[in-house]
Amino acid sequence: MTTLGEVRAKPAKRISGLSRGARIVRSLTFFVPMVIMLGLVFITLFAPLIAPYDPIEQHMLERRLPPSFFEGGTTKYILGTDHLGRDILSRMIYGGRVSLSVSLLAIMITAGIGTVMGIASGYIGGRTDGFLMRLTDIAMSFPGLLIAMLLSVGVGPGFWTVVFALSILGWAGYSRMIRGEALRLRNSDFVMQARVNGVSNIGIMFKHIFPNVVNTLIIIMTLQIGMMILAESALSYLGIGIPAPTPSWGSMVSDGRNDLDRAWWISTFPGIAIGLVVLSGNFLGDWIRDKTDPRLRRL
Amino acid sequence: MTRFIIIRVMQSILALIGIMVLVFFLVRASGDPVNMIRLPNMSEEQVQKIYIQLGLDKPYIEQFWVYIKGVFRGDLGESLVKVDPVSEMISLALPNTLKLGIPSFIIGMGLAFVLGVLAATRRDSLFDNGVKFLAILGQALPGFWVGIMAILIFYSNLKWVPGPGLGMSPAHYILPVGTMIFFMLPGMMRLVRSTMLDVLDSEYIKLARIKGLSERTVIWKHALRNALISPLTVLGMLFAGIVSGAVITEQIFNWPGMGRMALEATVARDFPVVQGIVLIVAIGVLGINLLIDISYAYVDPQIRYQRA
Repeated sequence: MTTLGEVRAKPAKRISGLSRGARIVRSLTFFVPMVIMLGLVFITLFAPLIAPYDPIEQHMLERRLPPSFFEGGTTKYILGTDHLGRDILSRMIYGGRVSLSVSLLAIMITAGIGTVMGIASGYIGGRTDGFLMRLTDIAMSFPGLLIAMLLSVGVGPGFWTVVFALSILGWAGYSRMIRGEALRLRNSDFVMQARVNGVSNIGIMFKHIFPNVVNTLIIIMTLQIGMMILAESALSYLGIGIPAPTPSWGSMVSDGRNDLDRAWWISTFPGIAIGLVVLSGNFLGDWIRDKTDPRLRRL
Repeated sequence: MTRFIIIRVMQSILALIGIMVLVFFLVRASGDPVNMIRLPNMSEEQVQKIYIQLGLDKPYIEQFWVYIKGVFRGDLGESLVKVDPVSEMISLALPNTLKLGIPSFIIGMGLAFVLGVLAATRRDSLFDNGVKFLAILGQALPGFWVGIMAILIFYSNLKWVPGPGLGMSPAHYILPVGTMIFFMLPGMMRLVRSTMLDVLDSEYIKLARIKGLSERTVIWKHALRNALISPLTVLGMLFAGIVSGAVITEQIFNWPGMGRMALEATVARDFPVVQGIVLIVAIGVLGINLLIDISYAYVDPQIRYQRA
């Protein structure tokens, strides 16, 4: 027989949520990624002060030196050197600059386009909505890599080519989510009120709809950090990213491809860096989403 | 329904023409394609010859018209580097891409569904946490790096599999197929798991259990069938992922497919080849979106009437 006390205890346990251990794990999934991301921002900002060597300086007599903690390595090059005798640690520090700046620019551009498209689509509705959503469908299912190739052929490789290649399709993720929000807001009381008061459509979209989708916008932007860094690294790995000798994590992995049997460290470390940063970005995105809007858990 | 399909097909053709216009002008964005292929010691006369040969002396509109007419005859132009017809190059490379893509797709989807469903039915168990962990890790690690690490471990060190390249034996397929699967498995697995959790929570699953059906029938017949719809919605995104994955995988393993061909053409700025491949993929993208729309309309009559 269950007593009243037991029955009450059950939901209470659920609401207070997790056990102590789980709560510690949960806060760790916030703090560790946060530290990694802030660390990345810090080292990219102060790369010239932190990096032990010039990232493109070649030491021809010290090629393919293993990391210091392996047999044959020296403390001169902590993570070893590559096939041209360049310091891998310094290249990774500078490579973080490329990843971060390209990703942040692309996120800002895609967020801008996606928000305008999404609000217009959801608020105006009708044929505009139909057309914009069709465009979104196509953009979502079009491989971004091919756009990057087209741009690389047509415009030539470079920093802005990569930024635009990542931006041309990236807005689709925003516009679909924000359209949903705008659709919901369009019929809300305060929007009706504004319309009755004679606020123009543009005014409503800017002053009443936009502030209410900012939350969603920030969540998607955080979740996009990881995706953008991955996409950028894939482009530079394939040789259609930022041209050599500028270091980037993707092209460093590719540099080590022909040396796998004699110098495994050239490809290995930059890949770990990408994985770690993307993982941190994803965890942060998840954390912000869970804190602010659990409805979006499916993203 | 027929009316709906006709309108959708027309819209897809319009979109295709739009994409063709975009692609046509995008590859010419930097101005003159001849500048990309001319050698420094060419005389003016030789350069003029290239112009006439490629039809670049005519106005853009006329060039575009010639291009469109060619496409509808199956003529995608000639490679600037290899001087072979692009359509012929594609027909040689496509089978190699499919040889890699089809087994990867089948095994990858199979794994995604089995693992996703098992994880959902054993929620919060060790197995479920393992699947979640794999999915999180899989979505963070770059696929190209994972492929290279696989070569490093299984070929360079352990010598379990043959080296990169297209070979006759099935062993040549293990690493490339594994890498391709890596590109689609984590996301798909996650989606199947979360959809399955929703479905298992629904009233009709409770009813099926109350009816006394075996757990196996409930999960693999009633629940899974309803969980199949959700992956349909991301079919387009999955396609994009597979194409990108194919390009990267073919590059890592020196696989002579369309992806590697596109990449080589990009580096050589061989625009007719890139243009041709993008066109083929664009047709694929539009075809898949058409398919998704039609199957939606089939499932949900509201869409059928409202959108047509």
